[in-house]
Amino acid sequence: MSRTVDKERVVIRIAGDSGDGMQLAGGRFTDATAVFGNDLATAPDYPAEVRAPTGTLRGVSAFQIHFASRDILTPGDKPDVLVAMNPAALKSNVEELDDGSTIVVNEDAFNKRNLTKAGYDSNPLEDGSLSEFRVHALPMTSMTVKATEGIEGVSSRDAARSKNLFALGVLSWMYGRPLEVTERWIEQKFAKREAVLTANLAAFHAGYNFAETTELLEVQYHVKPASLRSGTYRNVDGTTATALGLIAASVTSKLPLFFASYPITPASELLHELARQRRFGVRTLQAEDEIAAASMALGAAFGGQLGVTATSGPGMDLKAETIGLAVALELPMVIIDVQRAGPSTGMPTKPEAADLLMALYGRHGESPLPVLAAATPAHCFSAAIEAVRLAVAYRTPVILLSDAFLANSSEPWLIPDVDELPEIDPNFAEGPNLDGEFLPYLRDERLARPWAVPGSSGLAHRIGGLEKEDATGNISYEAANHARMTSLRAEKIAGIADDIPPLGVDHQEGSELLVLGWGSSYGPITAGVRRVRDKGGKVSSAHLHHLNPLPANTGEVLRSYGRVLVAETNTGQLARLLRGEFLVDAESFTKLEGEPLLAAELEREIMERI
Amino acid sequence: MAVSVHSNGSATATFTKQDFASSQETRWCPGCGDYAVLASVQEFLPELGLPPEKIAFITGIGCAGRFAYYMNTYGMHGIHGRAPAIATGLAVARPDLSVWALGGDGDMLSIGGNHLIHALRRNMPIKILVLNNQVYGLTKGQTSPTSELGKVTKSTPFGSEDQPFNPLALALGAGASFVARTVDRDRSHVIEVLRAAAAHPGAAFVEIFQNCPIFNDEAYVLLTDKDTKDAHQIRLEHGQPIRFGAEAERGVVQRPDGSLAIVDVEDVGEQALLVHDAHCADPSRAFALAHLSKTVSEPTPIGVLRDIERPVHGEGGQAEIQAACEANGPRELQALLRAGATWTVN
Repeated sequence: MSRTVDKERVVIRIAGDSGDGMQLAGGRFTDATAVFGNDLATAPDYPAEVRAPTGTLRGVSAFQIHFASRDILTPGDKPDVLVAMNPAALKSNVEELDDGSTIVVNEDAFNKRNLTKAGYDSNPLEDGSLSEFRVHALPMTSMTVKATEGIEGVSSRDAARSKNLFALGVLSWMYGRPLEVTERWIEQKFAKREAVLTANLAAFHAGYNFAETTELLEVQYHVKPASLRSGTYRNVDGTTATALGLIAASVTSKLPLFFASYPITPASELLHELARQRRFGVRTLQAEDEIAAASMALGAAFGGQLGVTATSGPGMDLKAETIGLAVALELPMVIIDVQRAGPSTGMPTKPEAADLLMALYGRHGESPLPVLAAATPAHCFSAAIEAVRLAVAYRTPVILLSDAFLANSSEPWLIPDVDELPEIDPNFAEGPNLDGEFLPYLRDERLARPWAVPGSSGLAHRIGGLEKEDATGNISYEAANHARMTSLRAEKIAGIADDIPPLGVDHQEGSELLVLGWGSSYGPITAGVRRVRDKGGKVSSAHLHHLNPLPANTGEVLRSYGRVLVAETNTGQLARLLRGEFLVDAESFTKLEGEPLLAAELEREIMERI
Repeated sequence: MAVSVHSNGSATATFTKQDFASSQETRWCPGCGDYAVLASVQEFLPELGLPPEKIAFITGIGCAGRFAYYMNTYGMHGIHGRAPAIATGLAVARPDLSVWALGGDGDMLSIGGNHLIHALRRNMPIKILVLNNQVYGLTKGQTSPTSELGKVTKSTPFGSEDQPFNPLALALGAGASFVARTVDRDRSHVIEVLRAAAAHPGAAFVEIFQNCPIFNDEAYVLLTDKDTKDAHQIRLEHGQPIRFGAEAERGVVQRPDGSLAIVDVEDVGEQALLVHDAHCADPSRAFALAHLSKTVSEPTPIGVLRDIERPVHGEGGQAEIQAACEANGPRELQALLRAGATWTVN
């Protein structure tokens, strides 16, 4: 009889070959965990190659989930439990484990061929090299094949492919996950393929039953539901949250959503997600290139729609000229940059937030625009709405920064009441705005110009990239006019500082150090700060959602602390910006490993400074 | 604009050339072919029966790019080469508009070549006018993708080493459903071609030979001079044998291998002449016509080479999407946000 042990939080990583279905198993475990009521955060880690050679180290695909009976902020620094479906998966992950961690392996995959491919001279399951860990070697492949024997239409080769669900069954028992969530998913997913449905259910149950009845796994862990704010939740990754935010903004503004993009990792999923939403009037177009995608979105914006394009770093390079045109045209448009490690092609699946200065300054001439950054996967929803709100209100392109981590990570999301979403009013021009004439660049009190869309009688006008005369929009090369227009464009964007919330500070009485971040560093910074405080250290933190303009109180906040530490996954771009802007001696903690910051790293950096 | 009141009391506005001319002063060089094209377009547009606000001109960069400013329609002077892409976004968003994209040979065939071929392959409902003067004008005289081999320009002092594009063949290769060519100085022919392009439901590609008096003057003189044009313009008319010359004494025949040749009609007899079929499903005939002249110093076909029907991008789906968009309110949005596995914390 197994015993039950209570745990506050657990980090599990399941790793296997990229064809082993690790992301699927991870996703299912996540849903069950969410429905069970734990707080959670997930992060997939998969190779850039679609089908890397099987059994090799670079073909390993992994999924990590951190779940707890309290609120958590990151997918966890390192796993407590590693499920390794083959020797390569074990080898590429085992070094991160602390002594005493649990390893569950698919024993069947530890044959000579796979061991050699992974670079093992001897079998680690037999040579004692794993003696510091609690190792459970389960013959997952053969038990899966056995469990699915006799199902009509399922060969033993097909059957073996369900071993990820066997592993999921084992984990589901170990952590007391509700079975019906996964069962229901399998039934829906394979409704039209009965043999596959039956085989997958059989494999899942076999894993669960095996874990329950065998004495091999002596412990069942219990992670109680977390006490989260009341309301209805679902689990979302940053991609889904972004898509939902754009659709929500489209519905509340009554602006049809037009989304054009060119396939690029890790932004393509946003195109896939939105392409399915035709019933919400979403129009998607896979453009011939990045430039076309931005240009099409701008064309749609000229036509009075919500024009959006998304890409990752290399695509941003190409879109720069179109974004500059949107600055000159003063048309609303949203550009989403799902940042990844660069320069150039860099590491397409790996997160890095190093496009900040490019978003701010990466266009020729003086071309200011609002820049926002999402902080967590779920926050992508409200960040997308905020991007649309500013774009429409100020008739400007807005860059929303996300990254590969946010796009693929997931966390529970308290589903908002749509009646409480921000109002977005397109406020289209309906008639002449000065003495019976229509002046396309006559500005309102926010310095925004009118948005007159084709089809509006009496408002036909021409706009373009050439410098425009103030108010009339006619071509002008006049010296004083260019100076005035440059400053009007700058003032308009700077004025947004009055229309956004002040920088909120999680202040701790008596603290001298402020840790400041932007984007996806929110989780690790907040978790690191929490760890320091748990140990009695005094530290405050703040997080920037608006990078341009910065919240009006930013300078004041920075100057009220003796030391400011800026943590980011670039060489110190925000720190450089703050030093230039506020003459504050901001220190940097930077990391460029194609990995998110870790709570432990923040804890260490903070401890060194207090 | 004139308004006629019908016997049933309804009124129809009719428009004139002046309704389509903006108040901006045109600033092309004296004698530029762009003036002629602008005048022809403004003269033609009233035929559409659409008010100016239902028409949009999207232009690229270059001399021709200024076109948008001179039209009293909605207009956008975009960025170099991107007019077809911007127009694509506008056309998808607003199928109720008549959308025109316009640029020069450098704009459409060099920096914007990719957008051009994709707009054609998608069969976007946009009319694409390429003002081809075989040279870069605004940047002051460099070789263009349509400049002839050996062309001496500022950027090719020893003569261009690059084979020029054949714009019609390029458009046909991209799967264009409408391909035509006309000459700036021949207003009635330009208008005839614009009329056919406007009537075509999908993407219409129109190459307009346009004279640059400063950097490439008289490039098309054989096609425009009254003494030579009859001998050089091969005017294509659907359903008619292809004949040209002052006395219609020359004609086009198809050789057994499919290629075309220019012959004297009296040598072969009228029955032997090729009858132009712009609606021919097989593009090879139009392709052969596109290649009939190697350079504009040879007799050159003008008119509509190809005009076929094939599905237009967005056709059908748009109404459905529009309806879906209007049908969605807070309730549907709330349901979308709550889709999938949810759980409730009390």
